Amino acid sequence: MKKLFVLLIAVLATFTLVACQEETTVDVTTTEGIVEVEFLNYSSNGGQEDTLDAMVDAFETENPNIQINVETLGYDDYFTQLAIRVAGNQAPDVFELNIENFRAYADKGAIAEIDTSDLDLTNVHETTLSAFQIDGDQYGLPTKFSNVVLIYNKDLFDDASIAYPTDTWTWDDELVAAQAISALGSDIFGVFRPIQTWEFYKTVAQNGGAMMNADQTAFTLNSDENVEALEMMIARVNDTNVTPTTEQMGGMGDWDLFLAGRLGMIVTGIWAFNHFAENATFEWDICVEPGITQKATHFFSDALVISESSEVQEAAAKFAAFISGSEEAALLRANANWDLPVALTDDVRDAYTAITPPENKEAVFSSLDYLVMPPSLERFGEVADDLQSFVDQAIAGTLTAQEALDQAQAYIQDKYID
Amino acid sequence: MNKLQKNIGFYIILFLVPCILGYVVFSLLPMFSALYLSFTDWDIIGGTPDLIGIKNYVDIFTDKEFSRVLLNTFKFIGLYIPSIMFMSFLVANLFNSKVKGVGGFRVLLFIPVLTSWVAGSIIWRSALNGQYGIVNNLLSLIGIDGPGWLTDTSWSMVSIVMVSLWKDIGFFSLIIFGGLRGIDKTYYEAAQIDGANRFQMMRKITLPLVSPTLFFVLITTIINSFQLFPQVMVMTGGGPLGSTQVLVERIYIYGFRYFRMGYASAYAVILLAIIVFVTLMQMLLQKKWVFYE
Repeated sequence: MKKLFVLLIAVLATFTLVACQEETTVDVTTTEGIVEVEFLNYSSNGGQEDTLDAMVDAFETENPNIQINVETLGYDDYFTQLAIRVAGNQAPDVFELNIENFRAYADKGAIAEIDTSDLDLTNVHETTLSAFQIDGDQYGLPTKFSNVVLIYNKDLFDDASIAYPTDTWTWDDELVAAQAISALGSDIFGVFRPIQTWEFYKTVAQNGGAMMNADQTAFTLNSDENVEALEMMIARVNDTNVTPTTEQMGGMGDWDLFLAGRLGMIVTGIWAFNHFAENATFEWDICVEPGITQKATHFFSDALVISESSEVQEAAAKFAAFISGSEEAALLRANANWDLPVALTDDVRDAYTAITPPENKEAVFSSLDYLVMPPSLERFGEVADDLQSFVDQAIAGTLTAQEALDQAQAYIQDKYID
Repeated sequence: MNKLQKNIGFYIILFLVPCILGYVVFSLLPMFSALYLSFTDWDIIGGTPDLIGIKNYVDIFTDKEFSRVLLNTFKFIGLYIPSIMFMSFLVANLFNSKVKGVGGFRVLLFIPVLTSWVAGSIIWRSALNGQYGIVNNLLSLIGIDGPGWLTDTSWSMVSIVMVSLWKDIGFFSLIIFGGLRGIDKTYYEAAQIDGANRFQMMRKITLPLVSPTLFFVLITTIINSFQLFPQVMVMTGGGPLGSTQVLVERIYIYGFRYFRMGYASAYAVILLAIIVFVTLMQMLLQKKWVFYE
């Protein structure tokens, strides 16, 4: 019995030792009165680290009493790492969230409301600012945003002797061109857009449909507009085959297929510009993506948010506002061709447009008139996967588009709403 | 007797403390946490978990996804277990024969065992591509139009099983080979004198005497089957159309993709219950066919 007691003491002592080490907290202000702000981000990973460093330097020069400690993670690990840190009360003071994850963090109370009264956000594009508001309160300061355009291989259009796409094109125009390009060879395809939930909500909007009703109280997955749009998406693959099947892709990504000169048109994000400019061996340009009955294109945005548990929220907000709204940071971003800065002043716009290819960068700005967003649901990621499982059956031909969306509507409405 | 010898039990326990502590902190604690979390709606970022009773379990059992996942797991077991048992036994007998060059063969078969699951799966993913993969290219040489191994629902699980066999056969045949080597040669000599043929020797001597090893292999492979994960994650990601979704894959998706730790924990507890049940059943049934000398 006594031995057991000693054993227990030994175990407890070790626990206490481990526990005590956590107690020593780091002082927020160092002896020189410098405030340290921890900043975690993913979007500078893979090529824009230096640009971010330059922004941080510019901020620190303006605010000598604030020191930003930047930490950059790859996108694949980022959200797992972030969740674990937040759970372990080790959340960074400022961190980056994309619009897809913003809602979940805000709803869970993990991020703080930002008092914008003292911050200069006059330059910030209105749509992006409101995208990170909840009931009119600001919970994130957007830094950059992006949309999706139609990127086309000029050489293939020349080979097929057809005219380049224009901003007024519809799906019908696109199909005619895609068929002409597909005819160039058995391993050449006309157009690529993935058939998945993230593409679905936009495409149905192009046909006047939507995934949910206006006040987001019910799903409307199997509306006539939606079914028609899905049929058109699938016909591109299965009937006209101007879009390659998974097998025809042969494990290649859509970007690689385009860069290999085997794809006439690709509907993809403006974040592809850098990669295409560096790697394409042919001429290419962009235009606003075609609509069905109307235009619609994606809106993506990243924002800086402030941890609810941060002890330096004021300094953190100052930093976030600088990255978001200052022309200085926006110019650094634009000159580095790092997506579209939200502080779209005339100078920033000029700097962004000056970098070519693509020549027709105006199309990026024209697309801003047609932005659509996915339903703002905390569990949208799950809804997306569930819908995908039904859409996949329609692609495989085991269900018609109508059946797939009927079943998806019943299942998803029951699981997430009722 | 000095003091140390007198208190030897105490010192043994004392020196075991670091080890026990490691077990408690890294195994027991997480296990009991998972059990607790399975009754909560913990989503990592939302702070303190709320107790929601058995809702997670009810949700799992009422979602048709669960029966699909179980069916996929049993499909894997049904294809994999008989194949691995039979083939490993066959290969082990080959190892045991006095054929020239059998040592080299043993090494070759063991190489996949040393390969990491992820690396192996990536190679097989491209080899099994329906359009450009080397497997279908070779098949077309002999006039067979190969299927979309990983994109066709009727072949996806078969492909997973084939790759699992490729990976595991070296290991389990080596273990059975060890069992075969342990059989006393005199049994065979006696049987030969009595005029037994090879089939009779296999049935009456080899199988009963190697049965404890076969039992070990069976338990291990079944537990492994329920824990099927890396090959699925890398090769198919659970698709196409959920045809390769299995228990551990679901745990991973719910835990680290949707961050629904409570739900994922409930799945994990169910997995544990299944494995414990199946293993207990095997322990009971072993009396019927396993012989210990």
